[in-house]
Amino acid sequence: MHIVVCVKQVPNTTQVRIDPETHTLVRDGVESVMNPFDENALEMALQLKEKHPGTQVTALTMGPPQAEAVLKEAVGRGADQVMLLCDQAFAGSDTWATSYALSRAISQMAPPPDLVLFGKQAIDGDTAQVGPGVADWLNLPCITYAYGIEIDGGMATVQRSFEDGYETLEVALPCALTVVKEANVPRMASLRGKMAARKLTIEPTTAAAIGADPDKIGLAASPTRVMKIFSPPPKTGGVMWQGEEPAAMARKLVEALRERQLI
Amino acid sequence: MAELNYGLSELAQEIRSMMREFAQTRVKPVRAELDENGQFPTEILREMGKMDLMGLYIPVEYGGTFEGDSLPNLIAVEELSRVCIGVSVSYAATGLGADPILIGGNDDQKKKYLPPLASGEKLAAYALTEPNAGSDVSGMRTTAVKKGDTYILNGTKQWITNGGEADIYTVFAVTDKARGARGVSAFIVEKGTPGFSFGKKENKLGIRASATRELIFEDCAVPAENLIGREGTGFIWAMKTFDVSRPGIAAQAVGLAQGALDEAVTYAKVREQFGRPIIANQGLSWMLADMATQVEAARALTYAVVRTIDSGAKDYSKFSAMCKVYASDVAMQVTTDAVQVLGGYGYMKEYPVEKMMRDAKILQIYEGTNQIQRDIIGLALNKEYAAAAR
Repeated sequence: MHIVVCVKQVPNTTQVRIDPETHTLVRDGVESVMNPFDENALEMALQLKEKHPGTQVTALTMGPPQAEAVLKEAVGRGADQVMLLCDQAFAGSDTWATSYALSRAISQMAPPPDLVLFGKQAIDGDTAQVGPGVADWLNLPCITYAYGIEIDGGMATVQRSFEDGYETLEVALPCALTVVKEANVPRMASLRGKMAARKLTIEPTTAAAIGADPDKIGLAASPTRVMKIFSPPPKTGGVMWQGEEPAAMARKLVEALRERQLI
Repeated sequence: MAELNYGLSELAQEIRSMMREFAQTRVKPVRAELDENGQFPTEILREMGKMDLMGLYIPVEYGGTFEGDSLPNLIAVEELSRVCIGVSVSYAATGLGADPILIGGNDDQKKKYLPPLASGEKLAAYALTEPNAGSDVSGMRTTAVKKGDTYILNGTKQWITNGGEADIYTVFAVTDKARGARGVSAFIVEKGTPGFSFGKKENKLGIRASATRELIFEDCAVPAENLIGREGTGFIWAMKTFDVSRPGIAAQAVGLAQGALDEAVTYAKVREQFGRPIIANQGLSWMLADMATQVEAARALTYAVVRTIDSGAKDYSKFSAMCKVYASDVAMQVTTDAVQVLGGYGYMKEYPVEKMMRDAKILQIYEGTNQIQRDIIGLALNKEYAAAAR
């Protein structure tokens, strides 16, 4: 079996700050890490590899040269191959153009993947569009918000998680999945894996190498136009009681809620 | 944070950062629960095995990553101990059980028993102590009698760390009572050997995540090929093991004391009394200063001893004893002081320092009490100065 996991390098923070002047992400002084949901996707792939010997796991990312760090992290944890899509021509790609570029890269891979995994979304952009986008370009069935998978004879049984319940689906391989946090606890890189990753030289793969149509990649080809990005104003006000007996404070809270006719 | 330059190798630094992150993310969240329930850290050790962290002291040819530098293993013990020595002793005791095989075992024994320890698939244990043979090995009652191509073991071992959890046991038994210490032999005994069973799990003051049990041998037939070295060499393996393992106890002590110092300073900076953080009081900040100085001194001594051992020194029993006794006394002092710094909160189980203080005590007792360590140092001084006078 061949599993491709798409991973993204993101700033290591769940509270991405935005420059109020330029409306862009403030990346200075923020360490870069693998997108947390992508870690769950990679872990799902590595667990399938343990269960199905002979499975190959490929980690794929698109980004600037320093994005190779997430691929090395993936190798440290057990990925067998990596691909770094890195070319000036990709710069400024939105989710549509990114999905196209990733799908081109995947369609060039041999053997073709049986499973393409993504994190459910990236914690910087939070769009959750790239996984389904790639699946669409590749014409693969796509199951979003997956937390469990069993593979048997060319079929996958996939558990999906929603806010209000669960769903179990059966799907023929190849297929694409976006994975939620509840799927697993991502492993840490092993010592031997880290050593192997350190020695690894990752050659960037260009737009030409994957036969990408220049009219479908980069900023110019991206239909998304960001009108405005802003940090929501911090919540102000609120009433705090402290230092009193818990019972007295609870009474005040109940009174306040009654006054506002909330209870 | 400013650090002394210990000239750590790239591998040692890598291990330190890996183990630090591992201890914070995997051990810290569960340590109180493991302590409260006296629960063995099976999952934690299994994950460490997958991360290649169980074979740091085992040579490459037997599946580990050891290539002459003992500091990566020592630092792994230290970083794990900074968070929980109940977990770190379960890790370190496997190394203790493996040491006699590493030191005195033949190639077949090493090939058979070391790789599964390096991968974390199996754990080991070291079985020397008996009810009547603690510091004084001459009280040993467990016997091994040769019968055909087996040895028949009879007797009881007490307070064996990893007892019941380990698959591979290094067991010391008397093969020739008339020869005293020279009549003791060491055997590799596998769990599941008929006649080998376990007593109850001990309920302990500290290191409660670790498993401590009695080992019971009743006409237990062990293949003669499992004898380590020759008959009568057991006591040598036992003592040589302690010479290399005592710095591991020192590393536990350094890590534990560092963990307690971390808690104490962090608390002293945020706890306000009389309108200012308590660290602003000289009486308290001097206490913290002494704690920090002792921890660093213990670390420096321990690393220096390990470097001396790695350099091929022949006689280092004195130094191994020195780092064990010094670091463990520091750990007891620093954890006690940490409880004092946290005051009433420190005494409560909501905060981790009471556990650290309970845990620290064993470091002054196991692998030779601190009184025995001082005996070893004193004897060495007597001998060295006598030689110098001649």
